[in-house]
Amino acid sequence: MRAAEIRVAIHSDQDIVTARQEGRALAIELGFSTGDATLIATSISELARNIVSYARRGEITLKIVHASSRQGISIIASDSGPGIRDIRQAMRDGFSTSGSLGLGLPGVRRLMDEFEIASEPGRGTIVVVKKWKQ
Amino acid sequence: MEVPILKQGEVLIATFQAALSDADLNHLRMGLVQQVVKFRSRAVIVDVTAMDVMDSFASRTLREIAHMIRLRGAETVIVGIQPEVAFAMVQLGLTLEGVATALDLEEGLAYLTQKFKNTD
Repeated sequence: MRAAEIRVAIHSDQDIVTARQEGRALAIELGFSTGDATLIATSISELARNIVSYARRGEITLKIVHASSRQGISIIASDSGPGIRDIRQAMRDGFSTSGSLGLGLPGVRRLMDEFEIASEPGRGTIVVVKKWKQ
Repeated sequence: MEVPILKQGEVLIATFQAALSDADLNHLRMGLVQQVVKFRSRAVIVDVTAMDVMDSFASRTLREIAHMIRLRGAETVIVGIQPEVAFAMVQLGLTLEGVATALDLEEGLAYLTQKFKNTD
């Protein structure tokens, strides 16, 4: 039996790889299709990269979630970094403050079934996304 | 992580592994361009068949590799993007605009052979 949650500390680009591999393994184990496992792994990669790029350190937590008869995966990306001043702007395609391609948040929202974000300037950011098994 | 780069005549073939970190990708970008210069290669095939995740950083790096190699007067073909990876890229809004792609290594080589024939 798997642990109820998997935590991956995110400090460097290597941790991004670890987190997305854990996510894919968990998704496959739960019976997600390889296509959905790829969407989950890609979302983790984007969320973990935001942590490394903007907050330098944080954590990715993977959880198995249940709702009525459905099973799914929840990914929680949290950091105590600078936070996002304007979430509405960050959720627009192409918006970036670090010269990168942008936070990739609108893209992650499209890859997953549920998306929530909370951020406070100077305190940090938490993004919670979920994917339900088809 | 080392990425094997194979020299086949005027073409370099780089085979990307699944678990490439950002640092690996950066390293590779420089390495590939240097090899193109060293061997006076006319083309590079980047085989991404094994890559199970193509996120924004990886696709940007691939685009940069292709553009740098074009500035050297050589051609880049990305081969082997898996269907589910392609789906995730489209959902994320990632494109490889201006970069040639082919189904697999064989198709990539065929594309280049045709291209060389037209320019020789």
